[in-house]
Amino acid sequence: MPETMVITGTSRGIGRYLVEYYTEKGYRVTGCSRSEAESAPKGYVHYCLDVSDEPAVTDMIRDISKRYGAIAVLINNAGIASMNHSLLTPLSTVRDVFTTNVFGAFLFARETAKAMMKRNYGRIINFATVATPLKLEGEAAYAASKAAVESYTRILARELATFNITVNAVGPTPVPTDLIKNVPEEKIEALIDAQTIKRMGEFRDISNVIDFFISPASDFVTGQIVYLGGIS
Amino acid sequence: MREETFSLVKAAIEELNEELDYDTLRGVTEETPIYGGDDGIDSLSLVALVVGLEREVEKAFGKRILLADQKAVSMRHSPYRTAGSLTDLIAARLESDHA
Repeated sequence: MPETMVITGTSRGIGRYLVEYYTEKGYRVTGCSRSEAESAPKGYVHYCLDVSDEPAVTDMIRDISKRYGAIAVLINNAGIASMNHSLLTPLSTVRDVFTTNVFGAFLFARETAKAMMKRNYGRIINFATVATPLKLEGEAAYAASKAAVESYTRILARELATFNITVNAVGPTPVPTDLIKNVPEEKIEALIDAQTIKRMGEFRDISNVIDFFISPASDFVTGQIVYLGGIS
Repeated sequence: MREETFSLVKAAIEELNEELDYDTLRGVTEETPIYGGDDGIDSLSLVALVVGLEREVEKAFGKRILLADQKAVSMRHSPYRTAGSLTDLIAARLESDHA
């Protein structure tokens, strides 16, 4: 029987890639975004919701559990970025960034972990960013929200260890997605220059780290944040 | 009110340019480029200009406004693009109940 996976933020970019990648690998992939799924692979089950909508998230995870049994993997990919000097950033932007990046990840982890506990097995993957360790100017709200995700990852790992659920995070460098389409080119170049390996990230770099985290053999790996590009 | 607002923007740009001494910021008009293009100022100068204008607007109109904007760093849609667009932003915030 295929393992069930939940991926958030699947309408485009990394999330969309992960749906295709893990469907091809034989997972039963379910996911969500605020918009309907377009040209999704066969077998993919999509839910249309906002990741910070508590009743909707609860209903989604309950429905998946009812239909497919235990959930093996959660990939908390949904995220929004904000690029602005702190003194020019409206509070509403900071609120939106934290609502999706922190509250959304929290809700999905909480509800999915309940479903994972039944089987005494689970893998939760959160998304961090290199903007946090690099302390990138102009990304205070985004980096701070992801710093919260990192803390949450480390502590949740301890709280869920007893149920054989591991919690880790991958911190990508920029990859060509909508999230960075409005970032000036020179900012991206400066960021790549700060990496140990100086190239733009690719989707496969991210799935490679996730493959490691979700492997059943990685049951002794939890509370870890892995940044790509040689950033520490 | 827009004329008065533009005068504030013009004065703030002129004051900033005493330090920067940019050719493009001389003889301020509605089209004077401020931020986002090849001739624009850097983000720190923009912050100084915007924060200073918030102060001046409160002094002139007795209303506290916030000029923070989500599209601040957008290359095409920044409200800080030109002296005219910045004036429009201030005028809109002054008219808004939620300024």
